[in-house]
Amino acid sequence: MLNFYTPADNASGYAAAAKACTAAANGRYSVVQQSLPKGADDQRLQLARRLVAGDPAVDLVGIDVTWTAEFAKAGWIEKFPADVAAKIEQGTLPATLETATYEDTLYAAPLNTNTQILWYRKDLSPTPPATWDEMIAASEKLAQQGLPSYIETQAAQYEGIVVWFNTLLASGGGQVVSENGEVLIDKGDAARKALSIMQRTATAPGADPSLSVAKENDGRLAMEAGTAAFQVNYPFVNASINTAPPDGGGGGTFIDQQGKPSATDTGRRVVDVFAWAPYPAVDAGTPAKVTIGGLNIGISTTSRYKDFAFEAVQCLRNEDAQRNNALEGGVPPTLESLYADPEFQAKYPAWEAIKNSLDGASVRPKTPAYQSISIVLSDLLNPPAQIDPDALVPQLADQVSRAEKSEGLVP
Amino acid sequence: MTTATTTTEAGAPRHRVSGQPPISEGKKAERRLGLLLCAPAAIIIVLVTAYPIGYAIWLSLQRYDLRFPSEQSFAGLANYAAVLTSGYWWGAFGITMLITVISVAIEFVLGLALALIMHRTIVGRGLTRTVVLIPYGIVTVVAAFSWQFAWTPDKGYLAALLPEGSAPLTDQAAALAIIIGAEVWKTTPFMALLLLAGLALVPDDLLKAAQVDGAGAWQRLTKIILPMMKPAILVALLFRTLDAFRVFDNIYVLTAGSNGTGSVSMLGYDNLFKAFNLGIGSAISVLIFIAVALIALLFIKLFGASAPGSDSGRR
Repeated sequence: MLNFYTPADNASGYAAAAKACTAAANGRYSVVQQSLPKGADDQRLQLARRLVAGDPAVDLVGIDVTWTAEFAKAGWIEKFPADVAAKIEQGTLPATLETATYEDTLYAAPLNTNTQILWYRKDLSPTPPATWDEMIAASEKLAQQGLPSYIETQAAQYEGIVVWFNTLLASGGGQVVSENGEVLIDKGDAARKALSIMQRTATAPGADPSLSVAKENDGRLAMEAGTAAFQVNYPFVNASINTAPPDGGGGGTFIDQQGKPSATDTGRRVVDVFAWAPYPAVDAGTPAKVTIGGLNIGISTTSRYKDFAFEAVQCLRNEDAQRNNALEGGVPPTLESLYADPEFQAKYPAWEAIKNSLDGASVRPKTPAYQSISIVLSDLLNPPAQIDPDALVPQLADQVSRAEKSEGLVP
Repeated sequence: MTTATTTTEAGAPRHRVSGQPPISEGKKAERRLGLLLCAPAAIIIVLVTAYPIGYAIWLSLQRYDLRFPSEQSFAGLANYAAVLTSGYWWGAFGITMLITVISVAIEFVLGLALALIMHRTIVGRGLTRTVVLIPYGIVTVVAAFSWQFAWTPDKGYLAALLPEGSAPLTDQAAALAIIIGAEVWKTTPFMALLLLAGLALVPDDLLKAAQVDGAGAWQRLTKIILPMMKPAILVALLFRTLDAFRVFDNIYVLTAGSNGTGSVSMLGYDNLFKAFNLGIGSAISVLIFIAVALIALLFIKLFGASAPGSDSGRR
C-alpha cells in the first residue's frame, strides 16, 4: 500500500486519482490519499517531521514547487531514475519541469501548475496596459476622474509579495540567487526597478489604501466590488466572478454608465466589462516572466516500496488526473496536450494567456534555504509603500546572503 | 501521599531549629529517610524536565539545520552571538516586555477589584464566582479565534464599531492593544482567584478595628489589606509575569507575529519550525528560559522576605 500525502485543498481530486490508479494497478499495489493541513507552512512542517523521523509509511508526497531544492538537499526525496524521468518529461511544460529539477536532476513529477495574468476592466481601460508604468499612469488618470482606479496585487507580508517581487525582478532581467547559492539580487538595475514599481503601485494617487494586507482573495473581492480597475492574479478569479454567490462573486456588483459601482440595478455588472491580458511588462517590448506556482509529486526516501511509487506517480499525474484537477480543483495542468482540450478551454476561457504566461515563466530561487529567504524578503518588502529602492537593495542582498547560508535568525 | 507527609515532617523541624547547632541522631536518620522517600519523585522530575532542557542546551551549541544534515557540527556560542546581535531578537524582546508589563498591570488592578467583589458578595456568591471564572475556563486558542473574528472587517461585531476601512489587526499599535486585551480578558480571573486566596488572610477584626479608629476605605486597602496580602500578591504577579513573558497562542492566532507583533516565543517557533534551524531556535528557547529565571529572581529580590518558602518569621 502506498500513502500519497497531499494538501487538504482539492483532496477529493487527489483521492479520486489514487482510486483510479489503484484500479489500474490490478491488485499489485494500492494508493491511499492522505490529507495534510491546509496551510503550506503546516504541510511542510508535517512532512519534514515525518521524513526526518524516517516514517516508512510516507511514499508519495505532494510538495510545493518551492520545496524541491530543500527536500532534495536534505535527502528527503529520491532522484528520479533516468527511464522514469524520461517518461515524466514527455509532453510536460518545460517551466514546470524546471520547478521539479535541482542540480540538473529531476526530483519530482509536476502535477499541476499556476500562473498569474492581468485581469482588467475594459470599460475603464479599452486597451490593456502593456507595462507597469502604463498601468500606474492609467490608474492615476482614473483616480483624477473619480473612477475606480485600484491596482490589485498580493502585497501582504507572506509568500505572495515574494512572488510579486520575483516576477518584477525576473522580468527586468534579475535573479535573487543562483542555483549554486551566489547572491545576485544587487547585480544590475533589476532589483531597483522592481522595488520602484512596487513602491509606486502602493503610493500612487488612486492606489488601494489596504494594499499592504492584500492577498489573492482581496484582489478578487475588490474587482467584484467595482473598486479595482486592474488586478494581477491567478485564473480562479475568472471562475469566481462567473459563479453564483455564496461560492463566487455572481458577476460582481452593478456598475453605472461611467463604470462606478452602483447600488441600484443598472442592468450592467462588472463581469460584462471583465477582460484579461498578458501580465504587464517591466521593460516595454520584453514580455514579463511570471513566477510559476503549483504542486509536484516526490518519492520519499523513507518509502519501503519505491519501485511501485515510481510507477504510481506516472499514473497519479496522467491526463485524466490532471484534467480532473483542472476542471474540479481550479489548478491548470502541467501536460501541454491538455491546453488543446476543448473541455479545458471551455472552463478556462483565458487559457491562451495562461499558456503563454507559463511558456515564459520564471522560477523562484532554487536553493535549500528558500524558505528562510522568502521570510526575510516578505519582511523587508512589506509594507510596499515604505520601500526606498536605493536603500533597500543592499539590505536585501545582505539579509538574503545570510539566509542563504542559514546564518542568523528569520523574523 | 506518604512521601509528601514525610517530607513535611522532615522539613518542618529543620526550619524550627535552623541556626541552632547539632541535630540529634534520630533527626538525622529521619532526614535521610525523608530524602530517600523524595527520591522517586525527584528522579521522575529530572527525567521529564532536566533531560529536554539539557538537550535544548546541547542543541543550542550546535550548528544544526534540518535542511543541511551533513553540516551538523559543534558551534560553541555562535548561535547565542547570532541571536543577541540580531535586531529581530531585540525587537521581539521589546514587544514581549511591553505586552508583559501592560497586561500584568491591568490584570492586577482588575483582578484585585474582582477579588474584592467576590470576597464581599453576600448574595449569589457562587454565581458571582462562576461568572468571573468563565473566561479562564475557555481554551486560549478558541478565545483567540473569537477575538480574531470579532476584529476582522466585514465579519466581526467589534470591527463594525470602527470607522469604515480600518483593519485593526494589520496595524502594530492596534494589534498589540488587541493582543493585550485578549490576554487580560483571559487571565484576569486567574489573577483574581489568587488574590482572593490572599484576601482570606486578612482578619476581619483588624479591618473593623481600623474602621473604628477612623480609617477610610482607601486607607484600609493600602495600609492593611495590601500589606497583609503581600505573599499572595507576589505569587500572583510572579505567575502571571512568567506566563505573559511566554505569550504565544494569542499572537499565533491573532496576527501570527506580522506587523511587528511577534513575541520571543513566536521568534523561537518560526526559527525552529519554519526555518528548521534547530541550533538558532534552541538558543532562543534557552535565552527565554534564562529571561524567565531572571524575572523570578528579580521578583524574589524585590519582594524580599515575603517570598514563598522563605522564613515566615522575618516578615
